Amino acid sequence: MLSRMATVDPRAVASTQEVVEVLTGHGYLPDQGLATAVYLALRLRRPLLLEGEPGVGKTEVANVLASWIGGGLIRLQCYEGIDVAQAVYEWDYARQLLYLRVAEATGRARALDAAELSSELYDERFLIRRPLLQAIEPSEGPPPVLLVDEVDRADDEFEAFLLEILSDYSVTIPEVGTFAALDPPVVVVTSNRTRDVHDALKRRCLYHWVDHPDQQREVDIIRLRAPHVSETLAGQVAHAAAAIREIGLYKPPGVAETIDWARALSLLGGEALVAEHVTATLGTLLKYREDHERVTDHDLTSIVSRARAAGEP
Amino acid sequence: MTVQAPESVAVGFVAALRAAGLEVSLLSSMLYAEALAAVGVGRRDPVYWAGRATLVHCPENFETYDAVFGSYWTGGAGRVRPPAAVVPVTIELDDPDADDDGVDPYEGEGERVTVRYSSTEILASKDFADYSDDELAEARRLMERLGREGPMRSSRRHRASRSARGRPDVRGTVRGALRAGGEPVRLHRRVRGTRPRRLVLLLDVSGSMEPYARALLRFVQAVVAGRGRVEAFALGTRLTRLTRELSSRDPDRALRDAAGAVLDWNGGTRLGAGLGRFNDEWGCRGMARGSVVVILSDGWDRGEPAEMTEQMQRLSRVAHQVVWVNPLKATPGYQPLARGMAAALPYVDHFVEGHNLTSLERLTELILTDSRARNRSGDRVGAGAGGDGR
Repeated sequence: MLSRMATVDPRAVASTQEVVEVLTGHGYLPDQGLATAVYLALRLRRPLLLEGEPGVGKTEVANVLASWIGGGLIRLQCYEGIDVAQAVYEWDYARQLLYLRVAEATGRARALDAAELSSELYDERFLIRRPLLQAIEPSEGPPPVLLVDEVDRADDEFEAFLLEILSDYSVTIPEVGTFAALDPPVVVVTSNRTRDVHDALKRRCLYHWVDHPDQQREVDIIRLRAPHVSETLAGQVAHAAAAIREIGLYKPPGVAETIDWARALSLLGGEALVAEHVTATLGTLLKYREDHERVTDHDLTSIVSRARAAGEP
Repeated sequence: MTVQAPESVAVGFVAALRAAGLEVSLLSSMLYAEALAAVGVGRRDPVYWAGRATLVHCPENFETYDAVFGSYWTGGAGRVRPPAAVVPVTIELDDPDADDDGVDPYEGEGERVTVRYSSTEILASKDFADYSDDELAEARRLMERLGREGPMRSSRRHRASRSARGRPDVRGTVRGALRAGGEPVRLHRRVRGTRPRRLVLLLDVSGSMEPYARALLRFVQAVVAGRGRVEAFALGTRLTRLTRELSSRDPDRALRDAAGAVLDWNGGTRLGAGLGRFNDEWGCRGMARGSVVVILSDGWDRGEPAEMTEQMQRLSRVAHQVVWVNPLKATPGYQPLARGMAAALPYVDHFVEGHNLTSLERLTELILTDSRARNRSGDRVGAGAGGDGR
């Protein structure tokens, strides 16, 4: 993996091709569609909404962008009930209470009128910055990458709020004032599609459906992410994984799983698929007992032997 | 050849997409024009992907987009490459009713795709808006209740508590203290709120359900329109999501749209396979998790009972409860002997009839009272009386 530390202005990226090259250099192999979407998101300063099956590498896009741009990754994991206090800002109430007690004890509270006391209490030093505020707070250097992960887990109300922030990249805190980003962050929103994300949010964003990679690209991805895996093994793993996805499983293995599998097989030794190693490592690939049974019933040996045959020149 | 300005290209293409039935907002088409300006209009791939990223917002619409893209760009300017050569695809019909072993004329050519469907899939759109006004009013009145007070569950979102239970609310306490001149007089507390549980309705639209499917669709529509967090699907030889169509405010339009969206009215059914598709694409991913799933079907299934068992098992593992509404249950002497029904029953929490309005009213009651009972005893999430009192 390249460790290019030089920071880049992401908005100055010149072409889709450049996106492909840079992302590849950072260990992520995008297809044409994803590269175009990333390129447009950077150029048009729009959030990028990525949807797709779990394990196809949606979150990884944000990680890679962050290491490219160099402004750090700010991650907001969504969950049900997430609200402003957890996503944007919260006051440090415990410290405020403590401060009040001190003011009381020293007689300071009596010297000040209510408005003055309140303005001291709602000072920036008592402000806890949550991810969304961190992401838009003006800062030096390259902009951060804001990852809003699994937005489909948050509730609708939160989505509306997110939309508001993403449209003008500013947050108003009544007691303090307005924070507005000098240079808006690069925003990546991911969804597993357990429910539909609102149209309004989708319209703000550039949309890309992240699919399972085709076989050749999967080989390349395995080689890139697990360089110690031999080319032969990577090819056979990708072939076997493609065959296993065809069987009709509850949870077809994603790229993340095939990379793990290739690593596991390579650790057990061997330059090629061996039936007993495959059986022993199937747990890295399949996460349901039923899927396990289905693959075993489906004649695992023939999957292995066909993958081996396909690897022959 | 003169290069067209991106805006005019964008406007023309968006118009073609709209003509093909895709909803494209003005905002999206403006974004598309910007995107075209950024990638250029000289080569096919960037133009294709720029449109995909800005104009299409869900994978179901990719097919339409591809079709329009193909005809628009190859029909117009020649700068864009023609679509890739057509690969012959042999479609095998996995048809349980046919017993011929005819020779396959396309053997050995291209890819093979096996399509499973029973012999009577009817690709006809049916108009089923001929309900009497009485029935319509009745169904809607009934469902307004469900809309108001559907099943609830404990939520992760907290709300202020007036009583002395719940966790301390420091934020509220500080605000209170400020009002009292800096003295925290009262310890504020907050408790978990409740939210409506998601309701998922799966309506069987196969041939055997014909006498009931139209009435039940009304029911489904009323539920979808009546409250938030409802999802509706039609199960036939294919799985059709109807939530969008049915959530229109105008019930007549909603029903018309839904009837148009379902392409397999009165076809054959593979209930197990349909449930499997629901589980794969929606249910187990999250939609059915913690939800009340209501299946409206007579349980006739031409597939393997084993498949039915397996899919019902999966569904019952993620759902809060599974309710099966069977219109045939009201028939005197009815026994759940249909293979699919028998296979499904062990995984059903409530098995009820659904042949008339009274029975639907009882169904509404059932969903309500049951979840109330659960909430009261707090056996599910421990969020009842005792759970938050620590």
